[in-house]
Amino acid sequence: MIVAVASGKGGTGKTTVSASLAATWERPLVAVDLDVEEPNLHLFLKPSLVSIETVNLEVPVLDAERCNLCRACTELCQFKALAIFGKTLMVMPEMCHGCGGCFEVCPTGALKPGSRELGVMEIGHSRGSIPCLTGRLRIGESMSPPLMRQIRHRMAEMATDMGADVIIDAPPGVSCPAMNAVQDSDVILLVTEPTPFGFHDFQLAWEAFTPLKKPMGVVINRAGLGDDRAYAFCKAKGLPILAEIPYRREIAEHYAKGGLLAELDNKMRWTFARLQEGLDRLHKEVIHA
Amino acid sequence: MREIVVISGKGGTGKTSLTAAFAHLAQNKILCDLDVDAPDLHILLEPKTTRQCAFLSGHEATIDPALCQACGICAAKCRFGAIQAVEGGFRVEPSRCEGCKVCVAFCPHQAIDFQERLCGTWYQSETRFGPMIHAQLFPGQENSGRLVSLLKQQARDLAEQRGIDLIISDGSPGIGCPVIASLSQATLALIVTEPTPSGMHDLKRIAELCEHFRIRIAVLVNKWDLHPENTAAIESLCVEKGYALAGRLPHDTQVAQAMVQRKAVTELDENPFNLQVRQIWKGIEALLPNH
Repeated sequence: MIVAVASGKGGTGKTTVSASLAATWERPLVAVDLDVEEPNLHLFLKPSLVSIETVNLEVPVLDAERCNLCRACTELCQFKALAIFGKTLMVMPEMCHGCGGCFEVCPTGALKPGSRELGVMEIGHSRGSIPCLTGRLRIGESMSPPLMRQIRHRMAEMATDMGADVIIDAPPGVSCPAMNAVQDSDVILLVTEPTPFGFHDFQLAWEAFTPLKKPMGVVINRAGLGDDRAYAFCKAKGLPILAEIPYRREIAEHYAKGGLLAELDNKMRWTFARLQEGLDRLHKEVIHA
Repeated sequence: MREIVVISGKGGTGKTSLTAAFAHLAQNKILCDLDVDAPDLHILLEPKTTRQCAFLSGHEATIDPALCQACGICAAKCRFGAIQAVEGGFRVEPSRCEGCKVCVAFCPHQAIDFQERLCGTWYQSETRFGPMIHAQLFPGQENSGRLVSLLKQQARDLAEQRGIDLIISDGSPGIGCPVIASLSQATLALIVTEPTPSGMHDLKRIAELCEHFRIRIAVLVNKWDLHPENTAAIESLCVEKGYALAGRLPHDTQVAQAMVQRKAVTELDENPFNLQVRQIWKGIEALLPNH
């Protein structure tokens, strides 16, 4: 089972929930941080690092002597990564999305594969046995989806090899990075807070993810803060609330210290055990449907 | 033109609540919500829209089943895994389509259409605090960086038309394309952080991004009292790196209470917390170059 923990609004508790779920998970697991712009899961799972690999995107490099300025590549490229100025073809590698089309349309072989560094993939082990996979975008790099695709590829290999479940800590928002992070999941766990901002973005997330036809469950974090509209919405849409985390100052302080919420007290341990049962139930319902 | 962009790296540190308060306190300004993905500023500012435009950006491939001969060339060429075999042919999964046109160019039967993508809507509005430029990217859409650039240009044009020389922008979390677009030509990046492991980790990355683009940085530590030692560590990092200290604010449920009432926190009755917010705004104004 692959669980993606997503939210819409940032700071609702995705990492808090992902880290505690991972630490208390009862079966073999791979913990994956796909919030590659600001990866935080490792700050709570504290893995010992085993390897760091550079992740590149294949981008064109020009062999100017072979280019006959036919414009086949500039006409195809949708991302302004290739342009002709005067009598020279210019390559803007930072604009390239890595579609590979320019190599294929070039009749003279003037474009050769080169690479742009997207970031790194970090692999480590947390608590003895949990492999942790983290994507970390290079500062200044604007595109996170190509790095995320390569992390997801490795994630699938690791999960298959180990026969493990996967927990994905997804990025905030509802545009391409967030969509990319939930693509492979079997179940989406939405973490929200019952404030007007939290509720607004929760609705956006529900709207964005619904067309994917994956089962969704909800965690209400900071319960007691704000108003009741998130509860009414879940009821109306048939979204199961799998856990509630109360609004308490000591929880915020525990988080500030880098503590795992599931280890705060017995009640929280129980909350996360029930959450895992709820996720298993949602997943089974789909398999049997 | 002076433009303050409020960003954070980590989400949920208080960007929007503080932007609303600054919107209340600042004189003569244009407000701009650059978090086009999950915008929230309008919830507090209740804008009345005066102009609304579609945001079209990029293209999307669709296969015409009547023309598709099921040769599979498109699926083999697509590097984004967006083309799937279905009964009798192939189909493009819109959420995976990058809009690169490779499948269109290589289809031997011209069976693939390439339509412009409607990605969202942008608005010009009036609020009780002044004019506002904002948008909503349709859920699941891309090209948020281009929409951010468009909003910034609209805000600048409107400011010039009205003889205003200050723009206050609410940014998005992260360090990727929308954030990079939001920093373009900014006078000051106000980074709102919190004294948590995530807040501190993400502050370093977003600050490095600002330095990369040579944008002046001011740092505000929100919820500082959750971990006074971490707060002290953040503040000494700022001093060491030469970032301006915009101040610190305690953890206070007033922020959520104001939100429920659709108000900026400075619109609540005067109290020690919102007096501190006023003080912080004065300090930020002092960091801006004169008109």
